[in-house]
Amino acid sequence: MKKEELIVKNSTEIALETYEMVLENSFISMTAKPGQFLHLLIHGHTLRRPISIASVDRDKNTVTILFKINGSGTKHLADYQIGSVINALGPAGNGFTLEPESSTILLIGGGIGVPPLYNLGKKLVDNQKKIISILGFQTKDYVFYEQEFKQLGETHIVTNDGSYGSQGFVTDVIGSIADFDTYYSCGPLPMLRAVSKELVHKNGYISLEERMGCGVGACFACVIPTDHNGGYRKICKDGPVFHHQEVNL
Amino acid sequence: MNSLQVELPGLNLKNPVMPASGCFGFGREYSEFYDLNKLGAIIMKAATGEARFGNHTPRVAETASGMLNAIGLQNPGVESIIEHEVSFLRDYQTPVIANIAGSSLEEYEHVAHSFNETDHVAALELNISCPNVKEGGIQFGTDPVMAARVTDRVKQASNLPVYVKLSPNVSDITAMAKAVESAGADGLSMINTLTGMQIHLPSRKPLLANKTGGLSGPAIKPVAIRMIYEVRQHVSIPIIGMGGITTAEDVLEFLLAGANAVAIGTANFQNPFVCPEIIDALPETLKRYGFSSVQEVVGKGILT
Repeated sequence: MKKEELIVKNSTEIALETYEMVLENSFISMTAKPGQFLHLLIHGHTLRRPISIASVDRDKNTVTILFKINGSGTKHLADYQIGSVINALGPAGNGFTLEPESSTILLIGGGIGVPPLYNLGKKLVDNQKKIISILGFQTKDYVFYEQEFKQLGETHIVTNDGSYGSQGFVTDVIGSIADFDTYYSCGPLPMLRAVSKELVHKNGYISLEERMGCGVGACFACVIPTDHNGGYRKICKDGPVFHHQEVNL
Repeated sequence: MNSLQVELPGLNLKNPVMPASGCFGFGREYSEFYDLNKLGAIIMKAATGEARFGNHTPRVAETASGMLNAIGLQNPGVESIIEHEVSFLRDYQTPVIANIAGSSLEEYEHVAHSFNETDHVAALELNISCPNVKEGGIQFGTDPVMAARVTDRVKQASNLPVYVKLSPNVSDITAMAKAVESAGADGLSMINTLTGMQIHLPSRKPLLANKTGGLSGPAIKPVAIRMIYEVRQHVSIPIIGMGGITTAEDVLEFLLAGANAVAIGTANFQNPFVCPEIIDALPETLKRYGFSSVQEVVGKGILT
């Protein structure tokens, strides 16, 4: 991880309140692994914002991030114009653990938890894995990256109100999926709880988000318990990806 | 003597800049960014008698020009800190200050005494001002009689100089400063965070799991300057000043108000290199404002 300056190469609203931003920096693009994040310094804000890396293009020295406007920090980030420079700490955290013996992989993403799974899915396809994806969104207006995931494999879209794809939650679809070896999931905490409960006997990894301070493991803002005896992991430094049995959601 | 050098009880500082307790862990993470030998000193994250998990999350929230935190003194306990963290910092030529916290006089004494056995802790910072735990010493930090009592007991238990970290959440900080000076404090650290709260609109509830948190960052700098300015005129022990420092100019302002050295907290989160960058900028900043050494600046802003 280093402190780097990234140049905004493109910024597009790809779904309601959801932005896709392409950032150029050779160190970040050469070293980023699926599941890692950038800790972005947004002008006028005391705390950096952790945003996961959605894809990497090493030929163009770029990484792509996706973020949803969720407060003043992400609102200001959406205002950054092409050519402006963003300071970031990264690539931060540990990425997804890849398991060579797994051949069929289930990706389960919810809302703005979908982006890191895309980077992972591309990597897994490169490694000859079969990918099945379940992506959940609030409504039709929030759906993004459907085509991108379809290029990776079988993809199911779920919306809470049924305005697109099937109606309900990602967990409503899991039962209809044929067998798989390992799952990877990222999304809101209630979704991760439901997924890890539903798939308790499966091998899987979850990626967590939390309000962060330093983003480097020093301030203890973003901890997650591992047991009831005071055990913990730091989401920024030890995560954000954990084996589902490693942490208490 | 080099222009940045500062001599304080137990501390021979090559420069007046140190990371503040709780904002730097035990130094490991920042050692990956730069050489910790660069720092004037390192103030470790608070140690308590036993391991503490701390509060539920969310533990931090951004505010205008600052942030709230309610970590809750999470730490692995004093024995583990001595075994694993002090031993790591022993490899550096930078004085280490151990911040000690407790919920009873006995716990403070125990933690203070534990650091007597180590050879690489130069001083204690007595944390009587953590606002984020129910029994976290705040009662010691708001009552001059209690503050004096815990200072006296820790002084007796320890063979190290003791810097008492004062809470700004009092109506008369000078009374607190005078009480701990009379009880034998070797120095003061000020200020800790100001208690605050933020309410999250979508959920209509306090954002922090602990409900309240400690406000830090540039928003509190004027409060810190005012309190140091007042206290400096009523005590003779040295002051490590802190509260919202982000630049070398801020450091000068703290020195002018009467601080002898400074600690940098929240700014580390925004820029992990902020301490070495401020240290590098200090000589030029001193010169620009007509000073040739840090020592020369201390208290020069006080109108008599």
